[in-house]
Amino acid sequence: MSTEAHAAQGATGYIIHHLTSLSVGEGFWRLNLDTLFFSVVLGAIFVWFFKRAADKATSGVPGLVQNFAELLIEFVDGQVKDTFHGKSQLIAPLALTIFCWVFLFNLMDLFPVDILPGIAGLMGVEYLRVVPSTDLNATFAMSISVFCLIIFYSIKVKGPIGFAKELMFQPFGPWLTPFNLLLKLVEEIAKPISLALRLFGNLYAGELIFILIALLPWYIQPLLSFPWAIFHILIITLQAFIFMVLTIVYLSMAHEDH
Amino acid sequence: MSINATLIGQMITFALLVWFTMKYIWPPLFDSLEERKKKIADGLAAAEKGQEQIVLAEKKAIIVLKEAKDRSAEIVSLAQKRANEIVEESKENAKHEGARLILSAKAQIDQEIQQAKDGLRQEVTSLALAAAQQILGAEIDKAKHQDILNKVSNQLG
Repeated sequence: MSTEAHAAQGATGYIIHHLTSLSVGEGFWRLNLDTLFFSVVLGAIFVWFFKRAADKATSGVPGLVQNFAELLIEFVDGQVKDTFHGKSQLIAPLALTIFCWVFLFNLMDLFPVDILPGIAGLMGVEYLRVVPSTDLNATFAMSISVFCLIIFYSIKVKGPIGFAKELMFQPFGPWLTPFNLLLKLVEEIAKPISLALRLFGNLYAGELIFILIALLPWYIQPLLSFPWAIFHILIITLQAFIFMVLTIVYLSMAHEDH
Repeated sequence: MSINATLIGQMITFALLVWFTMKYIWPPLFDSLEERKKKIADGLAAAEKGQEQIVLAEKKAIIVLKEAKDRSAEIVSLAQKRANEIVEESKENAKHEGARLILSAKAQIDQEIQQAKDGLRQEVTSLALAAAQQILGAEIDKAKHQDILNKVSNQLG
């Protein structure tokens, strides 16, 4: 680990180093390679694990992998059935993907903050941010996709006119159309923004605290990072769960005709 | 920290993941779950049915057993009755047989008596004839006086 460099830059330099992405390109076309790399790898792990379970799926006695996959499937299916009363081929798989992907993103937070960037540093990679959900791009990518689905299903279920009517005439009736429209637009746009920022904020703060703990003398670190890591197990699961549940809720709202 | 093209890459990745899950992961796993649910439900139903059938079979067995008992008692009583009948019948038969034997013996005795009488009669006739011949000499022809001889012998019988 480049401890000397950190020492030279001080604590601020160490923090900034940890929170800077490995990226190429300029302006908008900048690509955060670390976010893309880790999210693809984690997505591949998710897909690989479930594909293995799905290939061996049997209605007889399930194996260990299938058992665990089924546990998640039943859990997600229960959440979807509780909230969403229509029929949809998409929502349950979407919810499963979100839950697992976000959980795996967040799980990266539990790696000691210096391990992966340290290894990468040895291989000559200067910056590495290992937790994709501390990158706004990753959280917004999901929430904007969900937002597109909300709009798509709103229009599909209610029809363009029905959706327009809902935007204009609710909740206060046709006499307050501009006000209704403003209110509805804010409400809709708040959905993806709150989804993305909630996840990002929680994980960014969590990662920041791990980094701060890592700045302390080594004999104090375990005392703080151990409880924080345990607490974080709750946080990362909870954040994945919240993202999933809110997605289901928003999509079922889009399906409901008033 | 700013939004950049990574967003687009992430959205594409996300879309691919969702598509893959929807197409290849969710349906087989969910179907196997549903199938297992159905299997378990069927199994439980079958077990319940089996229990019911056991109860029914037990009831039926009791009924059959009772019937068999009744039946055997009936058979035993019939057999007893029949045995009594046979005994009675053989008694009757024996009586009849005895009576018949007595009768036939009597008849034989009668016959023998008759035969003896006939023999005696013949002899008496021939004795009488001989005596008469002696008395009358050659006057009496056996062929001529057959009628008279028969009458006499009948009177003797």
